[in-house]
Parts: sequence; structure tokens; C-alpha cells
Amino acid sequence: MRNFSCLEVNRIKALFLEETTLDYQLLGLGLLSLVFVFVDHTTNWLDGSRSALTIVTTPIVVTADLPNRSARGIEDIFSSREDLRGRITGLESELIFLKVKTEKMAALTSENNRLRGLLGSAAKLQDNVLVAELIGVNPDPEEQEVVIDKGAEDAVFVGQPVLDSRGLVGQVVEVTPFSSRILLISDERHSVPVQVLRNNLRLIAQGTGIGQRLELLHVSSTADIKVGDQLLSSGLGNRFPVGYPVGVVDRVDFKPGKPFAEVLAKPNAQLDRSSHVLLVFTESRVLEKANTGFEKSGKRGG
Amino acid sequence: MGDEKTGGLVVIWITIVVGMVLAVVPMPQFAPVELGFLRPDWVAMVLVYWIIALPHRVGILTAWLAGIVVDVLLGSLIGQHALSYVLIAYVAASLYQRLRMFSVWQQASILFALLGVNELVGFWIESIAGLKNWSLWYLLPALSGAFLWPWVFLILRFLRRGVGMT
Repeated sequence: MRNFSCLEVNRIKALFLEETTLDYQLLGLGLLSLVFVFVDHTTNWLDGSRSALTIVTTPIVVTADLPNRSARGIEDIFSSREDLRGRITGLESELIFLKVKTEKMAALTSENNRLRGLLGSAAKLQDNVLVAELIGVNPDPEEQEVVIDKGAEDAVFVGQPVLDSRGLVGQVVEVTPFSSRILLISDERHSVPVQVLRNNLRLIAQGTGIGQRLELLHVSSTADIKVGDQLLSSGLGNRFPVGYPVGVVDRVDFKPGKPFAEVLAKPNAQLDRSSHVLLVFTESRVLEKANTGFEKSGKRGG
Repeated sequence: MGDEKTGGLVVIWITIVVGMVLAVVPMPQFAPVELGFLRPDWVAMVLVYWIIALPHRVGILTAWLAGIVVDVLLGSLIGQHALSYVLIAYVAASLYQRLRMFSVWQQASILFALLGVNELVGFWIESIAGLKNWSLWYLLPALSGAFLWPWVFLILRFLRRGVGMT
């Protein structure tokens, strides 16, 4: 094939691909990929190139979300005047209701902070939040991850807790300049320290990977827990702030002869439905961010 | 000649990017979650088509580059899709003359094997990284991919002939 002039090659095309070239390419690029996999799994050296490449992939994710987005827009155009008016009235009454609640909350928060100040405790209950919009969902049903439209430019950091209007959603596991990836609490690789609202029993809630379910680990068969118990984040482990709703216990199975009971909970947050989430900036967290790096093993192994 | 070549390359990469969009497009709300297991690896199918049709222009290197982008897109370990795409690109590039002779449904059965290898390599890397347990469900995307192959094949061939790439 090398003997043909350039023109001839163009005209008739080589009949066979050169087998040796193929072999070398397979060997070279295959080994390179394996090295990349190894390096990416064990270190974080490739994170820089990953976020550089998201400049290419973010438009793809946004494009993929377009049908959904335009469907929502079309729905708005075609909803009738009465529907919209009804919705506005509903929202207005809800707003008044929530305002009242917030005022009461504000009073309680300030009182709580004063009491904490008296006790000498540094923990404040005031958290800042940033609203983010969902732009993508991990297509693999085994991996419960979503992509949001806020990234490093908005000071999002790895390990940041994420809420929706009803409860804890998950945490940030990957930050790129304009988007970030959130691991949901229902993912198999995720667990969150919780406590039961009724009696402060401390437990660990792990995702099950299947649908909207959490599993409570190592619940001793004598533990005081029952269906309907509200679980709050306990703040242990220093990742999630204290007191946000995580889930409601919906199945308790004490098995005779087994050391641990089987307890399942349903997350409060609408993990598969919410289109807006809140990123929480806790004051202590922001300070901590400077000196704790995120460990790779925490994300992949957990 | 040069212009035609770059033009062709643009068309090829556009189809690959369309494959990537299809790989992440969210399932509609009303669809059951299980439908997600049926999502075929569109990028792998597009790559296999171009390798069979234009083996001198699209090869292992293109597959590798596309694989790296897909890895970033899906948040998997960098190199995971790149490795599996390189492997299937190698097989397709070695067999392209035979594959061209096959009927489209025979090609689909080969595609099932290729996409199966693709899924297996992905699973293999993830299991070494300690991320997943094996179940036969992982072969479902390969099956759906094989069934969708004739349409992918026809659409891409129509496109290729439309822009006059040979």
C-alpha cells in the first residue's frame, strides 16, 4: 500500500486496512485507557482534564434536556386562564401560610441562637442556600445521580449538601465550572447519618439503589422504632447539617433470631420529581472547605 | 479533496454527538424506571457503522476519543468507555469486509456480540473498582441495540449517501 502514490490511494482506496497498524493502535490506546482507569480510580490527577472536557459535554447535556424543557413551556402556553388563575390563588394562599410559618421560625431561630449563645455553643442554625436547576439525570438506572446547572463559578464545592423543599436530596460529588453532579441519598453508594425525631435514636440510612428507598443499617432488634417515624439528619460525620428531614420509616421487620431488624424508609425529598434543588452553605462548612480536600475513595468506594 | 474530507469528518462527528445526546436524554416522567435498562449504547452503534462504512477514515483513534468524551459525559471512570470502544472498534475494523457482505439482520447479530462485549468490559472495570454486582440485565442494552441496528444502519447510510461520502 505504501507503494501507491497519494492520488492512487485516494482513487482506489487500499483494499485492506493494515493489520499491524490496527494491532498497534489497539495495544497503545487500550493500554492508555487502562492506565487512565487506574489513575482515575486511585488518584485525582485527572480531575482537571475532566472539568476541562465538561466544556464539551455540558452543551450535550443541555441539548438532551431540551425536549423536557420545551414540553414544560408548551404546557404553560396551553394551560387555560382559569387554570392559571387557580394556580396563582393557590400559590398566594400558600405564600401567606408559609410567611406566617417563617415569621414564627425566625423568632424561634433567634431564640434558639440566643439560648445556644448562653450555652456557649458555636453552632448557628442559619444556613444560606442557592437554588439550582436540574439539567440532567444519569441515564444508568443503577446510578442515582443528577446534574445541576451550578458549578465552581457559583462556589459549589464537593461534599456540599443538597436539599429540595421537602428534605435532603444528596450531596455534590463532582464540580465543574458550570455544572455539578449530585449523588442522591437513594444511591447504593450513599449513606447518611440520621436520628429518629421521636427519641433521638441514632442510625445510618443507606440508599438501596432501587427506586425511592432507604435502608437503615444495624438496627438492633430491641430498638424503639416504628412505622411513621420521621428521620432527621443528625449532623454526625460533619457532612450534612443537623435537623433536615431525610425520610419516613415505612417498614419495620423484626426478625426473630436475627441480631438486626430490617427497616426501610421513604425519602422526604421528591428525588425523582423535583426540578429545582437547594445547595446549602453552612458557615462552618465554608471555612472547612479550605482545609479539607475531598477524598476520592469517599466518592467511588462508599 | 481536502474540503470534502473535513466536511465528511464534521458529519461523522455530528452523528457521534447525536449518539451522545441520545445517551443522556432523560426518560419521560411517565415511563417506568425499568425502561432505562433498555437504553442501547448509541455511540458504540454509530461508531461501528462508520467503521464498517469508512474504515479508512474512522477507526480505533476516533473510537477512543469518543470514549473519553462519553466517560466525562456519564461521569464514569475516565478510560472505561474508551477501552470498550477501542476493543469493539478493533473487531469491527478487522471484520469490516465480511460485515459489509452480511444482511442487515446478520449484522445485527454481530452487533449483539459487540455491544455485549462493550457492556462486559464496562462491567468488568466497574467491578474491579468495586462498584457493581453482575446480573444478566447488563446484556439488555446489547439486545435492544441489536434490534435497533437496522434502523441506525439505514439512517446513517442514507445520510452518508446524501452527503456523498464513499
